[in-house]
Amino acid sequence: MSQPKSNKKPAIFFVSKESEPLFSKKNRALLKDPLDDNNPITVQVLGICSALAITVQLKPAVVMTLSVIAVMGASNVIVSILRNAIPNRIRIIVQLVVVASMVILVDQVLRAFAYDVSKQLSIFIGLIITNCIVMGRLEAFALGNGVWKSFLDGVGNAAGYGFMLILVAFFRELLGSGKLYGYQVIPDALYEMGYENNGLMLLSPMALITLGLIIWVQRARNRKLIEKN
Amino acid sequence: MNRDSNGYTFGFAAAMVLVVASVLAFTASSLKDLQSENVRKEKMQNILSTIGIETDREGAEVLFNQYITEQLALKNDGSIDASVDAFSDVKLSFELKKDAQDQRFPLYVASVDANQYYIIPLRGSGLWDAIWGYIALDNDRNTIKGAVFDHKGETAGLGAEITQQWFMDRFVGEKIFNTSGDLVGISVSKTNNDPNDTDKDDHEVDAISGATITGDGVSDMIIERLQHYLPYLKATSADLAYNN
Repeated sequence: MSQPKSNKKPAIFFVSKESEPLFSKKNRALLKDPLDDNNPITVQVLGICSALAITVQLKPAVVMTLSVIAVMGASNVIVSILRNAIPNRIRIIVQLVVVASMVILVDQVLRAFAYDVSKQLSIFIGLIITNCIVMGRLEAFALGNGVWKSFLDGVGNAAGYGFMLILVAFFRELLGSGKLYGYQVIPDALYEMGYENNGLMLLSPMALITLGLIIWVQRARNRKLIEKN
Repeated sequence: MNRDSNGYTFGFAAAMVLVVASVLAFTASSLKDLQSENVRKEKMQNILSTIGIETDREGAEVLFNQYITEQLALKNDGSIDASVDAFSDVKLSFELKKDAQDQRFPLYVASVDANQYYIIPLRGSGLWDAIWGYIALDNDRNTIKGAVFDHKGETAGLGAEITQQWFMDRFVGEKIFNTSGDLVGISVSKTNNDPNDTDKDDHEVDAISGATITGDGVSDMIIERLQHYLPYLKATSADLAYNN
């Protein structure tokens, strides 16, 4: 419920006051950690709902990744700028409004200037608002950190989310439709020999199972994730 | 300033709502022209693609004016309502909510190389949301020249496949009237037993696995929309060439 103490400083509109290089080790960690050690999907198990919904094909997964990066980067920056002005009791509503407005802005701009992309996104763009990762990062990070760090954190987490999305979509499209990014990759000869696409891969349960397998591989590989008990 | 006071909270909320509302309203209204222009050209593009004319969105308007010779708004009895512009005044999403006798049914007549085509807009329900499309009838007002479908929110990889070319191609050559001259439309059928759709007299196309409800929606939409055009089709052609 309480915000970190560092918030006592006046609103900071620029890079944090500590004279820290833009890509110091700590800042790079903000970008890098969510990709593996602290992945929002496989480690924090956030944003699972959209990970199931839009990983049938690679293309929507890629477009969704780009949109989430844009929305998270921007909303983290906005909330970070406002973090010393936001009243504590309505902060969740404020975050929601910021995220929702960013999503609507992205949607409107796409519709005007990249109509085909916006058609592909259609319902997915609305799903960004419901993505727990976006709100999670605003609440856990942007409310207590400077603008530049919040930006890195937003982009890093969105990239970690998108990386998993694309990985799951890769397997589901390959095994479910024999295609990648809409192009057929499994040769016709294989189908003539009796190979069949696995229709189950197109349905949501297989996204969960694929994700489970990815988590298994990741935990076996990454020592930091092995639980001690 | 006390950030936890009620006054501050209310003030902040009010200011936030004002700022957000004006930013969004400004963006929406300044981009509106560009957006509706995109939608309008896409509609032309879709209509053209049913008669086999593929174009990008930019070139659609010129070709549309070149090939589409008539844009009619039909009444329920088949007569033409000249006071209504079929392309821009008739929005099927609104029309569908009215009673059949109050609806206007848009019909586009295209002429390509001395052939006449009749393009009928469709709209119905899929699994999650609206589906729509256009279907072009050949000169005999019976054989399908081409069809194009689109959807708002069908499942990607399943119901959303109705927008794929291979699915839309299955309708080409199918007949909407049976041999006794009754309107039967085209069924998206799971028991078709004709996966390549070589049988063009069965009024059926092969369904998509996992997209049963969307497929049924397509079937229902075709028959529901087509029946309203019967009076016009009968009136303009005494010898409707049924299944021959």
